[in-house]
Amino acid sequence: MIGVFLLIPVLLMAVYSFLTKEFRGGVIWDFTLAAYDQFFFNRGLFGDEPPVIEWTYISIFWRSIWQAALATVACLLVGFPTAWFIATRPPSQRSVWLFLITIPYWVNLLIRTVSLKFLIRDNGPLNEFLMGLGVITDPLPLVNTNLAVQLGLFYSYLPFMVLPIYAAVERYNFALSEAAADLYAPRWTILREVVLPVVKPGVVAGCLLVFVPSLGAFLAPDLLGGAKTYMIGSLIDEQFKGSQGNWPFGAAVAVVLMTLVLIALFLQARAAAKGARE
Amino acid sequence: MKGVRHYPGFLGITIACLVVLYAPLIVVTIYSFNDSNSITSWGGFSWRWYADVFTGPEADRFAAAAWNSITIAFLAATASTAIAVAAALAMIRGGRFKGKSATYALINLPLLVPEIVTAVATLIFFSTIGLTTGYLTILIAHITFCIPFAYLPIAARLSGIEETYEQAARDLYATRAQAFWLILLPLLMPGVISGYLLAFIISLDDFIITNFVKGAGMETLPTAIFGSVKQGIKPNIMAISTLMLAVSVLFVTLSYLVNRIGQKTRT
Repeated sequence: MIGVFLLIPVLLMAVYSFLTKEFRGGVIWDFTLAAYDQFFFNRGLFGDEPPVIEWTYISIFWRSIWQAALATVACLLVGFPTAWFIATRPPSQRSVWLFLITIPYWVNLLIRTVSLKFLIRDNGPLNEFLMGLGVITDPLPLVNTNLAVQLGLFYSYLPFMVLPIYAAVERYNFALSEAAADLYAPRWTILREVVLPVVKPGVVAGCLLVFVPSLGAFLAPDLLGGAKTYMIGSLIDEQFKGSQGNWPFGAAVAVVLMTLVLIALFLQARAAAKGARE
Repeated sequence: MKGVRHYPGFLGITIACLVVLYAPLIVVTIYSFNDSNSITSWGGFSWRWYADVFTGPEADRFAAAAWNSITIAFLAATASTAIAVAAALAMIRGGRFKGKSATYALINLPLLVPEIVTAVATLIFFSTIGLTTGYLTILIAHITFCIPFAYLPIAARLSGIEETYEQAARDLYATRAQAFWLILLPLLMPGVISGYLLAFIISLDDFIITNFVKGAGMETLPTAIFGSVKQGIKPNIMAISTLMLAVSVLFVTLSYLVNRIGQKTRT
């Protein structure tokens, strides 16, 4: 089932990216590199000028990668201590803490994103609360900024970071930390030099699980961001909507996105294989 | 020795983490009971926006969308759970077979590819084979991406059940079918229920893929909500969001409890 309805479609998508676009959406079965050409080069309005590098789409990708990387780091900084804290509770309490972390993950992402927008909008509860406290005098303009998108990505995918790290820390043998402590290693040195190398697979898995969906995120940038925070997800979405769409170009963007993801997965697999050999 | 487990500030970060995760949901739930036409000011407690969801001007649209969402989730969860059971049996009981690790990668593929890529690929696939986008295309797409979510708890449960149970049944002259239906499936049930509930929730919640393959005029609850939100967040949207929130929490709690009972009866 997955073979038919996922693998074949992905291959078809790659084929489509080499076809010619038809106006009103759809394609003509004529092979061309036009979609990729449009992605990388600008040949002027009529296509007859010498090609110069087209920065529009590359910069959208660059912004997406940057945003996804930032979200990953933010999730790691919050997710690791959380996972550690839960894994060091008595076993009977752990499942309750974990349950609390997983509930938001199962709540509709659209509803969560809308809720976040409601909370942080200009006249929203967060701004009223902060103004009530006297921390700020004017509402913080959060919506339509990169910060709002960043917050949305962080909020969307935080549970993905906590769960794999938790699984790794739960299996961690604390005797290793105790041995290091007996040899007078400071607390944070133990965490960095002893714990981290052991739980690294969980950390890497968590980072991938945040980075990959953040890179292709659609809802957070679309609802919380504006024109200046445009990310890959919206770019792809736009190519398949209405008569302005360009299916081969959308497919080409999706292929580039998937290539990036596969590179990330490949690097992780190689690191894991290297880790296993050591 | 407790010292090496404890790091200062980790409790605070955990609390902050939960606050960030829950604050937006709690705020929207509170404001869904707001008796005011404006979403900004608080006008007292009221159920009026819940009444609006069921009887207001948009009630028909939401009812149709909810019906689509629920029937698709029901069918997709049923089909994907059945496929996931078959896949788990093949992977865990089937011994070694050619392409096993490739099959494993394939089952988990939807978890690794960004959803928007799956959405594009699925739309192109339906367009190529000439299937008009609508209810059927949504259903097929949902069955596909629900399989890994149904598979994980079922496979976890199955790998904890020793093969001796089926062998004992077979020794007592049970047919293969009887051994499966009377012995293995009841043992597997906590995993199956858990997988079914997760698949149901995943289908009910999906927006991105549905939005690509739904076609014109066809709506599920998330796409209907998205359409409304594009024009601004209205109070009735908060009421409907709170209702969906309640359904999600209910299902996940059920799945969690079933799993817990399953762990107690672990074989």
